Amino acid sequence: MATAAFSHEREHYLNKEYGIRSWLLTTDHKRIALLYLVSITFFFFIGGFLALLIRLELLTPAGDLVQADTYNKLFTMHGQIMIFFFLIPSIPAVLGNFLVPLMIGAKDLAFPRINLLSWYLYMCGGILMLHTLLTGGVDTGWTFYTPFSTAFSDTKVIEAGVAIFINGFSSILTGLNFVVTIHRMRAPGMTFSRLPLFLWSHYATSIIFLLGTPVLAITLLLVVFERAFNLGIFDPNRGGDPLLFQHLFWFYSHPAVYIMILPSMGVVSEIVPCFSRKRIFGYSFVAMASIGIAVIGFLVWAHHMFVAGMSLYAALIFSFLSYLVAVPSAIKVFNWTATMYKGSISFSTPMLYAFGFIGLFTMGGLTGLFLAALGVDVHVTDTYFVIAHFHYIMVGGAVMGYLGGMHFWWPKISGRMYPEGWGRLAALIVFIGFNLTFFPQFILGYLGMPRRYWQYPPEFQVLNVLSTAGSTILAVGYLLPMVYFLWSMRYGKIADDNPWNATGLEWRTASPPPTYNFEETPLVTWEAYEYDKMTLPAEVTLER
Amino acid sequence: MAEHILSSKLYWAIWAILICLTVVTALVARVDLGWFNPVAALLIATGKATIVVLFFMHVKYTSEKLTTMVIVSALFWLLILLALSLADYSTRPIS
Amino acid sequence: MSDSSVAVEHTPELRHHFADMEQQRNAASLGMWLFLGTEIMFFGGMFCAYLIYRLAYYNEFAVASRTLSLPIGTINTAVLICSSLTVALSVRAAQLGKQKLVIVLLVLTLLFGLAFLGIKGYEWREKFVEHHIPGSSFSFDEAMPGHPEAKIDPRHAQIFFSLYFAMTGMHALHMIIGVGIFAVLILMAWRGRFTPEYHTPVEIGGLYWHFVDIVWIYLFPLLYLIDRHK
Repeated sequence: MATAAFSHEREHYLNKEYGIRSWLLTTDHKRIALLYLVSITFFFFIGGFLALLIRLELLTPAGDLVQADTYNKLFTMHGQIMIFFFLIPSIPAVLGNFLVPLMIGAKDLAFPRINLLSWYLYMCGGILMLHTLLTGGVDTGWTFYTPFSTAFSDTKVIEAGVAIFINGFSSILTGLNFVVTIHRMRAPGMTFSRLPLFLWSHYATSIIFLLGTPVLAITLLLVVFERAFNLGIFDPNRGGDPLLFQHLFWFYSHPAVYIMILPSMGVVSEIVPCFSRKRIFGYSFVAMASIGIAVIGFLVWAHHMFVAGMSLYAALIFSFLSYLVAVPSAIKVFNWTATMYKGSISFSTPMLYAFGFIGLFTMGGLTGLFLAALGVDVHVTDTYFVIAHFHYIMVGGAVMGYLGGMHFWWPKISGRMYPEGWGRLAALIVFIGFNLTFFPQFILGYLGMPRRYWQYPPEFQVLNVLSTAGSTILAVGYLLPMVYFLWSMRYGKIADDNPWNATGLEWRTASPPPTYNFEETPLVTWEAYEYDKMTLPAEVTLER
Repeated sequence: MAEHILSSKLYWAIWAILICLTVVTALVARVDLGWFNPVAALLIATGKATIVVLFFMHVKYTSEKLTTMVIVSALFWLLILLALSLADYSTRPIS
Repeated sequence: MSDSSVAVEHTPELRHHFADMEQQRNAASLGMWLFLGTEIMFFGGMFCAYLIYRLAYYNEFAVASRTLSLPIGTINTAVLICSSLTVALSVRAAQLGKQKLVIVLLVLTLLFGLAFLGIKGYEWREKFVEHHIPGSSFSFDEAMPGHPEAKIDPRHAQIFFSLYFAMTGMHALHMIIGVGIFAVLILMAWRGRFTPEYHTPVEIGGLYWHFVDIVWIYLFPLLYLIDRHK
């Protein structure tokens, strides 16, 4: 095994080749992961900047910073950029791309050139989206609801629709690559029952990519056709039904929430056993819960349409089915907690993010049950309660998992350690900032403040000021890791091959890994998470 | 590689069946069978599609269960989309 | 390259990250099947819209469907079935290593595909002449068969034609992509790239072509054969 002592001269995927060409034409999954890392971070900060503008406008009850039209565009572009260009690709395209082959002992993904194509499609969609943003934006809300998007909005709906359509193909190809890789490229001995839970969750995510995304693609295409060629599929003037658009849209866009949360759950399932030094509790239940969430997630979409005019009987069915998703989600939360029980827990940065994830996801999930209940939903639909709920899932859940994963695997990715003290501080700031931003929104929503308005009655101001204050803290919390990750690439402590003493295959190769990942194809003879059979060597200090 | 090579006669036979079914479906549509007309049209279409999948796309001769699983799950998901959308439309108070 | 565990058989077509040709072939085949699964859902969105509107506006759909040409639709279906036969035979020829036959059959497929697109184009032109293209110039002055006083609501007929153009348009786009794929396959066959050991591209391209054929097998009865007996 290579050790830190001579790692500066060892050849690995980062120093094998230099120059722009070696990056833009690479087919190495690890390099493509880094391409994604840079591009999604860019879009994250654009989306975050828009969010800050929204929060600044809501600092005062009057509409003083921006006018209503601009505000409509701000929340639309914030949603579209954050969802399609940050959250959906975040963990799968960065950590998934980097880790899927490493975790199963393969040299690369099954289709390396298609993997690169995914990134180029993502960039094409992203640049088109940026162009939309800079030349006027869209004001339909990220949901593109008809007939506003087809007949009334005079903004760049077609351009944004095409951008998201192109980006959809990037997702589909990534999902396809993961499924084929997990089925066909596993190292000898790496059976499905030995697969790390990170891979189970990515497998489930890929199912949604493959079976959900095409429905969004055709739906957006039909909206584009309706605007561009005057087709009348959703046009109420011609007897078309706008609710049909909502059905098709949410058939993808509800499972899309699970695209964001499942990979995070995978990350947490890796972090929790490692920093509790215990085998995961109920491996097969956690694995099957991932698949369960992916499948049941497709049966609940119309709970977004309870007040839109759909049939009450169907609403009852969808309400009941929505409760079912809570079962596999709760199984996961209970299993992580049970894993920690009597474990020797260390409070390192990744574990702090995992704690944050479990707590915030539980809150987001439980408030989701309120919304699945028909009566409560009628009361809080389109209020800030909904905003707070899905930000607890997407930011509190998905982003926490993403940051936790980035810290956990950063030594493997860069070959350097990040500064642990700063890491813990940032995790704390993110947690505080997040709750300060979004908890007041639960109260605001319950008091009746509607979403998507640029002004509000003065009695809501105190809570809105709290929320805006929280968002600035959150922004600091997000900037910090970017700064110290960049810093650590040059000045960080050189990382061991296995700094956390973790069990996964990815830790049994050098940090950073060589281009083809392993010197020899590994032979797997052990179950995942055998932390009980692993003793902590004396020199491994987890910096308690 | 255990590839199954079919005889060209079989392919021609399949082709003949498909052409016959195409003519049959066009003719059946011209006969008034009431509610059975769309059912017959879809049954024949499904028959043709199944033949294409089994023989032209070699699914009958592959030992790979995964291929069948992919097809079945995609069709199952399509069924979810159709059935649950229909659950809404078929129970709306006014059409 | 620090690649010490290279597989025993090393053919030029074997990409470095696969252990052997069989693994590579299985991966490609599974990849294409998964892609076809996504395609089912892609067309599925339109089938869902079709189902809902056909149930809501059955009479309008029936009358509008009858304005499509049944002979042309049937002939086009037959053309596609012929192309599927040539594809299947070309895969077989590749399996047997008959390189010239592969080229001939691939070219035939391409020609059938172009013929289908030509006939489709002619049909679309007809719709244009008849003002059956959705939009401001749309006009549809038809009545229920046997009831000349019961006029059909042209707005609902427009929904049928919107779906007709969306569905056949998306199908035609897939055909155009298929023609592109087959042009590349012909070029590869011309250069003698396909052997009994390696002909995965023909197989994979063939799967795609058959799938596009199957979509048409469903579009034909759904669009052309509504209530034809009156």
